[in-house]
Amino acid sequence: MPMVTTTSQTLSQPMATASEPLLVMEGISKVYPTSKGPYTVLEDIDLTVYNGEFICVIGHSGCGKSTLLNMVSGFVQPSSGEVRLRSQPIRRPGPDRMMVFQNYALLPWLTAFENVYLAVDSVFPHKSRSEKTALVREHLALVGLSDAAHKTPPRLSGGMKQRVAIARALAVRPEVLILDEPFGALDAITKEELQEELLKIWNEHRCTVLMITHDIDEALFLADRLVMMTNGPAAGIGEILTIPFPRPRDRERIMEDPTYYDLRNHALDFLYNRFAHDE
Amino acid sequence: MAVSMLPRNRQTSLPTGIVRLWQNLGPDIALPLLGLLGFLGAWQLLSWTKILALPGPIDVVMDERSRYLILHPFYYTSELDQGLARQTFASLTRVAKGYFLAAVVGIGMGILVGLSPNVNKALDPIFQFLRMVAPLAWVPIALAALRQNEPAAIFVIFITSVWPILINTAVGVREIPQDYRNVARVLQISRKSFFLKILIPSALPYIFTGLRIAIGLAWLAIIAAEIVMSGVAGIGFFIWDAYQQNYVSEIIVAVVYIGAVGLALDRLVAFIQTKIAPAS
Repeated sequence: MPMVTTTSQTLSQPMATASEPLLVMEGISKVYPTSKGPYTVLEDIDLTVYNGEFICVIGHSGCGKSTLLNMVSGFVQPSSGEVRLRSQPIRRPGPDRMMVFQNYALLPWLTAFENVYLAVDSVFPHKSRSEKTALVREHLALVGLSDAAHKTPPRLSGGMKQRVAIARALAVRPEVLILDEPFGALDAITKEELQEELLKIWNEHRCTVLMITHDIDEALFLADRLVMMTNGPAAGIGEILTIPFPRPRDRERIMEDPTYYDLRNHALDFLYNRFAHDE
Repeated sequence: MAVSMLPRNRQTSLPTGIVRLWQNLGPDIALPLLGLLGFLGAWQLLSWTKILALPGPIDVVMDERSRYLILHPFYYTSELDQGLARQTFASLTRVAKGYFLAAVVGIGMGILVGLSPNVNKALDPIFQFLRMVAPLAWVPIALAALRQNEPAAIFVIFITSVWPILINTAVGVREIPQDYRNVARVLQISRKSFFLKILIPSALPYIFTGLRIAIGLAWLAIIAAEIVMSGVAGIGFFIWDAYQQNYVSEIIVAVVYIGAVGLALDRLVAFIQTKIAPAS
């Protein structure tokens, strides 16, 4: 066994501020009926997420990561078990669990400003027009897009689209921010830039983040805890790595830390030896 | 030396200018023109050799009645005896009314059918059946039901052109990307916002495809409808009337009007489409 502390969620006290559990997944399974009989995607998932935590979920494709996060966002209901936000069972999607979608999901006929405004307007209908406008401006500025506010998504680069999507998600002030492989389609440099920006914004906003990723380095840089999933069918949580680097994090300093390579090798070993993909 | 160089330069630049003009415009203008001349020539030849019992293009222009029609598009003697531009305009007014009605009903029903799988299941077989009925077959039904030429003609336009609008709108609504629906769900967007900010813009390209197919069908239908409805001004009835009196040259002039107007209508809707719903 590698020399890494592997904790279950009950042992971890990841944040100084984290006292009460914000999000609890308890005994979750998801079974889809198919023509060849029931197909179990996820089985017996238990996970407790504390207020203000940054959680990354990693695993091979088809392991049900997206299904898991979709049960938090409320697009999918578990077949058994329950997901609770502040003790309330999650029944349907809502802006308190805002998503940043894999393909940005911006409306191409609206400008960046209008895309964010539509979200703010839906979530805060009672705010005045000027308050809503200020909120939109503030969040576009946060992601460095004030100058491109009048542009429509087809005229924005991939990185800029993702920035708009993040601004839209943050502008509705969610309790949980859910990101489904947000930087998967971006080039390496843009990806690193956005990771750093996301971390900076998260440091200021301190909402709870659940993020799917394929990238171990990304997870080690961003997350408090890294949830590693076993392979499907009937995937589960194989292990949860606590990532101990102090915040605010500096990429170069982290990469000089020997712990970084221990964690990295441990995660690689998990993904490519113990739960190697069939293909 | 310098003086003698100048005109020589001009002499060589003029032909190269024409050559360049030809290179730019030749294929776009000369080739269609050549095709048209070939078509008219073949037609004239078939007419001279009596293989076709039709007057050739030269006969159409030389014939006294048809030349009068060509030269006087706006004359007015009585309701049924007026210039072809006026007749066409009367038909176009009818098309506009029927087409507008078809657009309103088609887009409205299309959205309803697109949003509700149950409504779709209930109504789709009827739509698929009714859209196969030719415009001419609707004419007696419309006349029997509405008892007047004018409303019956408008109904025939409507019933012919409503289907592509309805079916395309429904497809457009059904094809709203799941991502946009998810955004609407997670933000709990109001029905009104969903309709105006997501549904309509997302379905617009499909709606316009339907509208463009429909304008062609509507124009085809008006001719069919008017031919059967005697006593109304319109290019369709004009053709029927000319046929009854064996003025074939007049019919040919009217057919040129019909083709030109149909083409213009199609291009007009296509132009509006590029302005309102450009292809992504």
